[in-house]
Amino acid sequence: MNLEKVVFAFFILLALTLNFGFFLGKMTNPVEHSAYALFAAVVVSLIATVLKIGHRTHVDAFLLATSLVADLQLVTACLVWGVVVYGMGIDMNAHYMSIIVSLSGGALLANIVSVIILMIETATQRL
Amino acid sequence: MAIDLRPGQSLFTLVFRRMRSPLVALITVYAVSVLGMTLIPGIDDQGQPWKMSFFHAFYFVSFMGSTIGFGELPYPFTDAQRLWVTVIIYASVISWLYAIGTMLALVQSQNFRRARGEQSFTRKIKRLREPFYIVCGFGDTGQSLVRSLHLNAQRAVVIDNESERIDLIDSQDWDYTLPALFGNADESNNLSKAGIHHRNCKGVVAMTQNDNTNLQIALSAKILEPNIKVICRAQTLDAERNMASFGTDLVVNPYETFAEDLVLAMEKPSMYLLERWITAPAGTELIDPVFPPKGHWILCGFGRFGKAMYQRLLKHGNPVTVVEAKPGWTNPPKNTIIGRGTEAETLQQAKVKHAVGIIAGTNKDVDNLSILLTAEQLNPKVFSILRQELAVNHHVSRAIKPALLMDHSEIITSRILENLITPLTGHFLRQARLQEEQWASVLVSRVIALLEDEVPLTWVLSIRKDKTPAVWEQLRNNHDVLLGDLMRSTTDHLINLPCIPLLLQRRRKLHLLPDEAMPLKFGDRILFCGRDRARNRMNLICSTQEKLHFSQTGETRSDGWLWNLLFNRDQEKPQSMLDHIQKNGHKKNKKKSKTNG
Repeated sequence: MNLEKVVFAFFILLALTLNFGFFLGKMTNPVEHSAYALFAAVVVSLIATVLKIGHRTHVDAFLLATSLVADLQLVTACLVWGVVVYGMGIDMNAHYMSIIVSLSGGALLANIVSVIILMIETATQRL
Repeated sequence: MAIDLRPGQSLFTLVFRRMRSPLVALITVYAVSVLGMTLIPGIDDQGQPWKMSFFHAFYFVSFMGSTIGFGELPYPFTDAQRLWVTVIIYASVISWLYAIGTMLALVQSQNFRRARGEQSFTRKIKRLREPFYIVCGFGDTGQSLVRSLHLNAQRAVVIDNESERIDLIDSQDWDYTLPALFGNADESNNLSKAGIHHRNCKGVVAMTQNDNTNLQIALSAKILEPNIKVICRAQTLDAERNMASFGTDLVVNPYETFAEDLVLAMEKPSMYLLERWITAPAGTELIDPVFPPKGHWILCGFGRFGKAMYQRLLKHGNPVTVVEAKPGWTNPPKNTIIGRGTEAETLQQAKVKHAVGIIAGTNKDVDNLSILLTAEQLNPKVFSILRQELAVNHHVSRAIKPALLMDHSEIITSRILENLITPLTGHFLRQARLQEEQWASVLVSRVIALLEDEVPLTWVLSIRKDKTPAVWEQLRNNHDVLLGDLMRSTTDHLINLPCIPLLLQRRRKLHLLPDEAMPLKFGDRILFCGRDRARNRMNLICSTQEKLHFSQTGETRSDGWLWNLLFNRDQEKPQSMLDHIQKNGHKKNKKKSKTNG
């Protein structure tokens, strides 16, 4: 067993689960989506990206791409949140919440793809 | 610090592999800091309990982590918050130090610099738009060759296995960027990196000191790209034959070449002089004729150079006395005198007083200089040949004024240039060598009549549309242009320009010293020698109708387009215009009929 591989898979999975955790709940209800969950999802997603950089195969490149997509979506969600609440000075409402949640939904999709690729790669490695 | 660098791995990947843990540490520290700030309760300006939002927390951690420190924003902190901030200040500083330290160590490491050098080398090769040669070995000879290639507007790429020479290139002033790769040229992947598969790569030149390495380079180059030119330097006859055996385009053995030239100078001094003049770089001072005497020679040093000289001299009936310091190593002939030749005793033993010539041919420049000085004291009339091993000793070698100087890098460079830049010169020299001495001396006296104090310039004129448009136009209209027409003065058509046509190449056929009355044809290539002025005038004649007409007939003619149109002086142009109109009209009609159909 390789510790590096464990850490690698751990962060990729964690990025997915945290992302899912934030996504859960009614889209328009700000109460059902915690800022802490979004924060954790962003941080773990960033770490997963860094871990993916520097590998060389084609599959690795694809994995990195999925992570970059997830980062982009989640960071944009954070920006929307920040700009709405602090930039525009509006209290979080159903309209903006749905934008944030749908952005995180996109990231969730990218994370799912990432995990699927990881599973396929693991399965084809050594049987 | 060992860095795992595989071929083809980009610098970006290399950096991120090394920076992975510092980056993860930075992200983690920032995340924990921000999270902590949002969880710890504070008090706002009204004394109400207040919790920092993610926005404020990220703002605070950002300026705190980068040690800018705007203060406790937006409200003064409670003690609990200050306790946490104390912790995260240290954590963030340490994680930054870790990241920056790793980065600096990476940038300074040998492997990183090599990878960066290689990457910029590859980029330079990719960007090469002009034809180039790969020069393996950047010693005296390699440098002299690259410099000469540049002078002739040819690009070069250098491979050398001494990093100092590669570093030197950065500090030297080259007219063009000179991509240089640090590595062994006999490893074929280095040849690939240097662009042997590049479509502009015209050839590989193996210039290293080692025959085996050169052999390996030539072999790999021929296998990788059978169609490109491969030129090799060889120091022994064995290596020379081996290299020639698998189709190396040119093998230059400086020792054999020099020995051959010496014999040529003995037998046909005019021929030798002619060769020296024609192959010398432009602007060289006029070289005086030399007459190496026949008779008893002394040869100091029986290395590769000594052996070549010994065989040639003996073959042409000159008795040779060999002086050699280490007869065990070099295996000289039986009656060899043992000694270095630098002291009077050995030279006297070799009967220097009765010798006609002495060759200082050891592989040490100091010894060679000393041999010549000693010999000249004993016998001032002796014909001296000096072998120069290192280019740095150039000034001393010239100052001592030997009758002949054997500078191997000069010999190699001029042979290679002749092959690469001016192949017509090579053809001429080979044809000339078949002629008698009488022929050469006549030609030399003709050349002398043209010159002032520099060696003659040689140039090639090609009868092509882009190079000689005026001649091309005349030939196209079935007017004869004679070779002599190109060589008339532009002010008086009875006076010839100071130049001599040496060789005319028409397809596969070579005409040595072509006659002035010879009519030119498309695709002819003519080698001229003469003065710079003649070349400029000739180019003028070949590119302007008016000048060509004057030199053919002695009449001045106005060649303006409007003039011709108005007065219908030129019969050709209106006709061709008419043709043009007719053809176009025809086409238009066709089109019309199509649309009608």
